[in-house]
Amino acid sequence: MPSSHDWINKPLGVVEAMFAQSNSNPEWEAKVLEYFKGQLKEKESHSWVPSLNDVPLHYLKPNSLVKFRCLVQDMFDPEFYMGVYETVDPSTKANVLRCGKYKDVTECGVDLNSRNTVTAERQTFYCVPIPGESPWAKEISFLSAARVVPSTSYVPSRQKRSYEEDDDDMDTQPQKQREPHTETPQIQPHGNGDSKRQETEAPSSQTTTPSDCSSHLDLNFPLPGERGPACLVKVYEGLDSFKLNDTLEIYGILSVNPVLTVLGEENMETPEEQRAHDPPASLVPRLHMLYARPLQHNNPLLPSAPTEDQSAFVSSFLVEMASVRAELLAYLTHVLLGDGLAAEYLLLHLISDVYTRRDVLPLGKFTLNLSGCPLNSYTERLYQIVQQLVPCSYRLSMSLHTMNSMRLVPKKDYVANRLVSGALQLARNTSLFLDETQLEQGQLDSSGVRNITALGNLISWQKVDYDFSYHQMEFPCNINVLVTSEGRSLLPSDCQVPLQPQVTPPNMEEYLTTIHMAQFTSQINKFRVYLSLARTLDYSISDEVTKAVEDDFVDMRKDDPQSVTAEDLHRMLVVARLLSLSLGQTTLSRDGWMRAKHIDMLRRSRTEQQKSLNGNEP
Amino acid sequence: MSSPTSTPGRRKRNRDDIPATPKSTRRRGQDSSNGDLPAMPTSPATDIASPAVHDTSLFSSPRRSVLPSEVDMSSPLMYGTPSSRVEARQRPDLGSIRKAPQVDLHSEPPSADGAVASEQALGQKLVIWGTDVNVGTCKEKFQRFLQRFIDPTSNEDENAGLDLNEPLYMQKLEEISVVGEPVLNVNCSHVQSFDADLYRQLISYPQEVIPTFDMAVNELFFERFPDSILEHQIQVRPYNALKTRNMRSLNPEDIDQMITISGMVIRTSQLIPEMQEAFFQCQVCAFSTRVEVDRGRIAEPAVCRNCNTTHSLALIHNRSAFSDKQMIKVQESPDDMPAGQTPHTTIVYAHNDLVDKVQPGDRINITGIYRAVPMRENPRQSNVKSVYKTHIDVIHFRKTDEKRLHGLDEDSDQKLFTEERVQILKELASKPDVYDRLSSALAPSIYEHEDIKKGILLQLFGGTRKDFSQTGRGNFRAEVNILLCGDPGTSKSQLLQYVFNLVPRGQYTSGKGSSAVGLTAYVMKDPETKQLVLQTGALVLSDNGICCIDEFDKMSDSTRSVLHEVMEQQTLSIAKAGIICQLNARTSVLAAANPVESQWNPKKTTIENIQLPHTLLSRFDLIFLMLDPQDEAYDRRLAHHLVALYYQSEEQIEEEFLDMAVLKDYIAYARTYINPRLNEEASQALIEAYVDMRKIGSGRGMVSAYPRQLESLIRLAEAHAKVRFSDKVETIDVEEAKRLQREALKQSATDPRTGFVDISILTTGMSATARKRKEEVAQALKKMIQSKGKTPAMKYQQLFDDLRGQSEAAITKDMFEEALRALADEDYLTVTGKTVRLL
Repeated sequence: MPSSHDWINKPLGVVEAMFAQSNSNPEWEAKVLEYFKGQLKEKESHSWVPSLNDVPLHYLKPNSLVKFRCLVQDMFDPEFYMGVYETVDPSTKANVLRCGKYKDVTECGVDLNSRNTVTAERQTFYCVPIPGESPWAKEISFLSAARVVPSTSYVPSRQKRSYEEDDDDMDTQPQKQREPHTETPQIQPHGNGDSKRQETEAPSSQTTTPSDCSSHLDLNFPLPGERGPACLVKVYEGLDSFKLNDTLEIYGILSVNPVLTVLGEENMETPEEQRAHDPPASLVPRLHMLYARPLQHNNPLLPSAPTEDQSAFVSSFLVEMASVRAELLAYLTHVLLGDGLAAEYLLLHLISDVYTRRDVLPLGKFTLNLSGCPLNSYTERLYQIVQQLVPCSYRLSMSLHTMNSMRLVPKKDYVANRLVSGALQLARNTSLFLDETQLEQGQLDSSGVRNITALGNLISWQKVDYDFSYHQMEFPCNINVLVTSEGRSLLPSDCQVPLQPQVTPPNMEEYLTTIHMAQFTSQINKFRVYLSLARTLDYSISDEVTKAVEDDFVDMRKDDPQSVTAEDLHRMLVVARLLSLSLGQTTLSRDGWMRAKHIDMLRRSRTEQQKSLNGNEP
Repeated sequence: MSSPTSTPGRRKRNRDDIPATPKSTRRRGQDSSNGDLPAMPTSPATDIASPAVHDTSLFSSPRRSVLPSEVDMSSPLMYGTPSSRVEARQRPDLGSIRKAPQVDLHSEPPSADGAVASEQALGQKLVIWGTDVNVGTCKEKFQRFLQRFIDPTSNEDENAGLDLNEPLYMQKLEEISVVGEPVLNVNCSHVQSFDADLYRQLISYPQEVIPTFDMAVNELFFERFPDSILEHQIQVRPYNALKTRNMRSLNPEDIDQMITISGMVIRTSQLIPEMQEAFFQCQVCAFSTRVEVDRGRIAEPAVCRNCNTTHSLALIHNRSAFSDKQMIKVQESPDDMPAGQTPHTTIVYAHNDLVDKVQPGDRINITGIYRAVPMRENPRQSNVKSVYKTHIDVIHFRKTDEKRLHGLDEDSDQKLFTEERVQILKELASKPDVYDRLSSALAPSIYEHEDIKKGILLQLFGGTRKDFSQTGRGNFRAEVNILLCGDPGTSKSQLLQYVFNLVPRGQYTSGKGSSAVGLTAYVMKDPETKQLVLQTGALVLSDNGICCIDEFDKMSDSTRSVLHEVMEQQTLSIAKAGIICQLNARTSVLAAANPVESQWNPKKTTIENIQLPHTLLSRFDLIFLMLDPQDEAYDRRLAHHLVALYYQSEEQIEEEFLDMAVLKDYIAYARTYINPRLNEEASQALIEAYVDMRKIGSGRGMVSAYPRQLESLIRLAEAHAKVRFSDKVETIDVEEAKRLQREALKQSATDPRTGFVDISILTTGMSATARKRKEEVAQALKKMIQSKGKTPAMKYQQLFDDLRGQSEAAITKDMFEEALRALADEDYLTVTGKTVRLL
């Protein structure tokens, strides 16, 4: 590793040096950002920066550069701070100008009445790890990060553990040897990864224990049972470019000064507010942002930066696309008890994405209602399989109790002055698995009704109305909703597919486990890359095909105007789009359109069948 | 204490509170005016040596000598008045201390002093240190302003009853002398138009200028009304600083300036008594002394000056002076926020009589001074958190929704349009096809339904509000109500969503989920104060806006009944938990309903299809059917539209249609500034149209129009004139209104049996032909029973079969039952179970 890692270990030194050189020329601020951006642009350099997601906080050096993959959960009010201030040396009485940027506390002996003080503005974002991030995504990003030297004290300790547990890592400098592997994600057999995971879990659970003890401190994660560090990110530049619920990879200077929690005893704030805004730095570290990269996805198997090597990666994968799709389809067919059509739709659903909005109408959403699901933990297993495929997911079991008691919609708490999160505050492209098979008969109370309405709004408009007590505020979202139900779901959906099992395994659990175990991790990883990649492809329709589609629609309506409505055309256009993308085609072909029409026809005949069946029932 | 020499710092009160130079606004942060900070241990107290820039003698008027002892005479800005009878009152809103922090003037570079000095030398003009304010000139200017300012075009409600051609503020002073409320509210825009320089000073140095204004006003007032008795001296409260900002745009450069921001109160604290002046008494010799608060702290005198005993002074609470203070949290209003971000909040401190003026939920405009206070230093620690706490000291509150209570017209100051914007809008309005342009810009993702969009467009503009209360009819409804009904999945909800997103005061509810309470208002007990609070529901909240109600048909009857009052009288009466009131609910209703049989049955009338009471239906100006037209050309256009939706890029779409923002502004502008009236021709056209409508019906023995239809015709014509930005309703407006109403009627009030437009479907729930047929069936049945001879009882089923056999037309069971009921009403027979008995 290059020795010039000062920009990681002592970024503040770099900042201060630049400030000193600048002679109060305000341009130095831009220079600092340029510098760090430049450093991070270098090949692989961003992987040298330790990640707050993977490395327990107490292993990280204070005031070093760290990165954090996170979701902006709340935005606090902007604050003014001393951008430049003057200190007086008590012994020499000499005045020194100092820079207050990227710091929480000032040096001693601030001259508060100095004329050289510059007040500047910054904003604090409350950031949490991406909610519902699948274990495999965490694990892979951890493993790839740990192999490269993290410039923290964490490495030796990890090695020590390795001696005890893992023969593989006996090498005193495992990082260097392993380095080539990081280029192409190598896939370990699943079991091995698990043991590694446990190993890394251990220290991180240690860090969370204090927070468990001080249970009064609610870290405000959107989903229950989440863990990981929450972080107060101080943002200096480009405040308007960030939005709530953005997923970012933030590079910043870690600040865990214990002074932070001691100060501010004489505030007008309520204790709740203080707790929410100034939690102990040992639990909620501060991060002074130098650079933030918006994440299009959090799949660690894909190159994250939209650079040349991404397009190279994409084009190399495109060749494989069709074959991977076939394999994935076969896999899903097995999982869906031999139902090929449902598998096809599930695949389309998994790559769907709200790619744009026309006034209020979100385009590209594809909510799937899988009806006729067998009871008894089938849905749970199904979710586990979905979870293995997508980087972000959450299963909401829609039992009467959870619907009545759970907080789905984020709500502003004016006493603590923060946005109390809810389960629908999710990152883009999170798979939300609504398990309606858990719903039983009974009374929904008012909060239950609100929750159901919120789910309905989410599905129909892809938006969540956050509760600000005096008014509601609409936040657009992009969440893939999959509803499993026995009959037709009570929630709206874009597309309902009744499941028609071809096999009835005597032991469902065993059956699904065997299917799952039969897949190599390398295979699964291919699926993961495939699903994330297919979503990012561009798509267009040529004029010629447009014409054909129009003609087709008119023809269909001619035969039976009742059978095909505008709604159906909407859906078929989405299906055609997803179908093309799933095959790696970026334009719609006539063939693609015919296929889309065909599978939609199959699906509809199936729902009609279902309907007439139900109709016959007394 | 009263000796000027003993408190050299006081004289310089203004020095420290002020930024060094007018230009260096960025340095304001350091300023300690608000500072609750003790002097830094490291900064030596060299202030005494600093030069006193202003000459106190300049300000000392001979009358000053009779000031109350506690008023600092040496300060040029203290609250001394010519008349000593009225006690001055401290103004904590201008800074919690009105004295100079006694620190650090030494760091002042000579250049600034030099500038001031040179100015001094030039015209013997003395300015308050750090500003360019000369107290004498400033005072003079303000007095001139008060005496001369006339605003003939004023339309503020505050000025109601004042003679607009007389100096406005002199009248207000007169009012003060009568009413005795010693507060003078000054509109900053008046100051600006009168004297821009004075205005600039007021905005930049409120802390110095406002006390000067106070002084000026009091001199003037007591000259004029020497005998008036006031509680305390008049305080000037400027408002509407044109530097009105949204909370988001506040930045360090605004510190210590006067700003006006708007927002919503979200929390208020309990009253906080803040000590202004401490009273100490010596335990030994009973000598008493007063100490004023200095940057939030009271320095306890260590030695009694009288008997020289150390540490003998004790604080006497009862004789200390306190002022009221309240912390208020204000959140930025949702309209000001960029999408996807959370609202900001600001802490606001209200003082004295402004305490408890506002309550959570109020929307207010705040005028005040923006402050930044460094975090208090902890003596045990060497490091300080480098963050400032910011807040606003309120000078003036103004509730923005206050007007709604007064029932005055639309809030005109709510939305300010820039010149260029108005120009753009006017240009757009002058285009001949503006109406079509706007209607196609409305919800572009929804295909066709041009007439429906036009109807909604007119609803967005609304008619002209007319007041007939003198003739006993009260207000005429100006709002247009629209009902959309039709097959499920015809993008009705989408249209509603769009409208809800377009209008500033829109509400969206679903008939399924809302109760009467949620729509109207409910009484809630505040958990903290145990006070009953009236919480308003969707209809009241959308006053002056549009209330979108989806699934109108799913609404329970009791809920719907609430709408009767709202949709015609535009008010809402509430009698609940001891609160009886009538709230304004001048809302337009845009409702969507699904047919009862899930699919629209073209063989049935509107009423039969949606099963809504006709009393409610007749209150809708326009009822549209959104049906699948089912023809090939339409299908092709629809397909083209939808496919285009999926492949056109964002830019292409933008080019095609008007920006939503422009549309919003256009509507807001028209609603605010355009109030069209009917001209002669238009009234004639309206009369003709109405007579024509009645004629059509009378030919067939039915009534095809009611006065309600005429009223809605007028509303639609007015709205159309508004679209054109025209102050007159002309014949073309009436033509369009007629066309639209005819279209809507054609769709919704066509008798499916005859194909004629029949308004009675909507007004009575049954078409004339249906009524006729019902009678015929009843007569046929009666004849049949009579022909059967004297049979007192008959089987129900058999009678039905017989009738069916006899009649040429098909008779349904419903029709048969209706006929039976009609005969029963005539007391001809009774139906009990399965038998029919003659009477």
